[in-house]
Amino acid sequence: MTDTPKFTQSRRQFLAGAAVATGAAATGKLVHAQAASPDPAITELQPWQQYLGPGVDNAPYGVPSPHEAHVIRRNVEWLTADTVSSINFTPLHELEGIITPNGLCFERHHSGVADIPWADHRLMINGLVDTPMVFTMDDLMRFPRENRTYFLECAANTGMEWRGAQLNGVQFTHGMIHNVVYTGVPLRLLLEEAGVQTNGTWLLAEGADASGMTRSIPMEKALDDCLVATHMNGERLRAEQGYPVRLVVPGWEGNMWVKWLRRIEVGDMPWHHREETSKYTDLLADGQARRFTWEMDAKSVITNPSPQAPITHGPGPTVLTGVAWSGRGTIPRVDVTLDGGINWHRARMSGPSLDKSMHRFYFEFEWDGRPLLLQSRAHDSTGYVQPTKDQLRAVRGVNSIYHNNGIQTWAINEGGQAENVEVG
Amino acid sequence: SRDGGFGLGRAALPEEIAAWDIDIRPDGQGLPVGSGDVYTGEELYIDYCSACHGDFGEAVGRWPVLAGGYGTLDGDDPHKTIGSYWPYLSTVWDYVHRAMPYGAAQSLSDDEVYAITAYLLYLNDMVDDDFELSNENFLEVPLRNEDAFFMDDRATTELTVFSGEPCMENCAESVSITANAMVLNVTPETAVEAV
Repeated sequence: MTDTPKFTQSRRQFLAGAAVATGAAATGKLVHAQAASPDPAITELQPWQQYLGPGVDNAPYGVPSPHEAHVIRRNVEWLTADTVSSINFTPLHELEGIITPNGLCFERHHSGVADIPWADHRLMINGLVDTPMVFTMDDLMRFPRENRTYFLECAANTGMEWRGAQLNGVQFTHGMIHNVVYTGVPLRLLLEEAGVQTNGTWLLAEGADASGMTRSIPMEKALDDCLVATHMNGERLRAEQGYPVRLVVPGWEGNMWVKWLRRIEVGDMPWHHREETSKYTDLLADGQARRFTWEMDAKSVITNPSPQAPITHGPGPTVLTGVAWSGRGTIPRVDVTLDGGINWHRARMSGPSLDKSMHRFYFEFEWDGRPLLLQSRAHDSTGYVQPTKDQLRAVRGVNSIYHNNGIQTWAINEGGQAENVEVG
Repeated sequence: SRDGGFGLGRAALPEEIAAWDIDIRPDGQGLPVGSGDVYTGEELYIDYCSACHGDFGEAVGRWPVLAGGYGTLDGDDPHKTIGSYWPYLSTVWDYVHRAMPYGAAQSLSDDEVYAITAYLLYLNDMVDDDFELSNENFLEVPLRNEDAFFMDDRATTELTVFSGEPCMENCAESVSITANAMVLNVTPETAVEAV
């Protein structure tokens, strides 16, 4: 290396840097490993160097490399009575950045995946409107569209962990979430087309599947930022995500993002339907229950290392990374600790910081091979700081099922293996 | 927005609204004319519901429990059923009508839904066995737990408490592990290895 770096450093800075590097090498800090014998991955001719691969017509719609076949959604059999009204989990420990690939976005259905042809779907708006309306999908594609990136988190994400550490993997403890770019029509424009009457203060969103999923949504939110979305990450919605159209309710619990959206009724009070009375209400220790807990509080989790992604490289430079999000804004800051919360460090945020979207953070450190207790703590743009599980339990008890945004701890042992634990 | 709208879509016909607008509210809005009694409801329930929900609403396997559990909500193991937890009878009627039986949704007539709803009230010790439920007396049957729900209060009880600059250094003298997921061992086995 003889050339002076051209743009980023002056020659003096470069020489100073070189001097530091030389000094470090002299003290043994920068000794790189030496192979004992030549690496056959280099010295032997590999098949892909010699033979032809598949042509461009091999995969009209591509799929991941077969070497990534383990990167899949998983379900937990004992959680639900069957797999039709059930949940699966996004493999967060295998993902980077902030965008969830469409095929890995977790699924939550109440009567399975509805199979609806684009041409057969209708969206009705009725109730307290001047003109009850029916739209075809082609009608919807003629309204002005917007592109927005939002997280969708199931209200029950991390719900199995209220009483203690239970599932041993970030996919299972935190994987009821995905983050994609939605393309859709502002719900406000469709409501304006029907003409909401002055006493129209609530709306009921209803799905076309056999569960007839319904949720009551205040008109203020509907007119603010809700989208009627037809696309995710550039392509039309996956069937399991509501093809041909779903509601996008930014920052609010996933249950309200009604899939296969077929009807919006405008009314003057909430409907108190099954999914906002029996379900998605939060029982507190005194037997009272919160209703309409819509926003998802600020939350984060370390995705690597984690139980499904142990440290396999031994001591030395180690990359810690994770994701953070808030239903109330952006995530300007995440703190991480290696010692169970005794000392904290500011993590490095990387990538877009978008409202009500997932954020990516990193913390690079030298692992000395000793056991670690890893935690991350999100701060959102309102000043809210992600609480510990114990702080949440002090307010809510352990039976509220939903909205568990408590700080997650991973214990790393000397071998680099990680486990879901709680600390005190 | 655009003045006068975009002129897209078309007006919905009354028959179309009637076919899809089936929702019921706590004030009774949406309830159709009809009725059904406990005895009729029991027969229907045994035929259409008991395979999953049990003969007495006690449930089979992990299917939802529909009856009992009164007074357990503030305990260590709350049983949330129609009788112990649900606030409104309208939700029972609406949900059974729109989504049950599981796998054959919207197959029950209005009178059948009234009858099954009456039987669910009976299973929850809220009416006698000769009770008949109809759109006329529907609002006279409040559920036990109606007053136990309150609007999300996190803004006052949590948001300010969980805000502010947190401790960054020497935040505790020591930390130890108090719970382990490995002890429970209920996590699915590792996915197939990379090829």
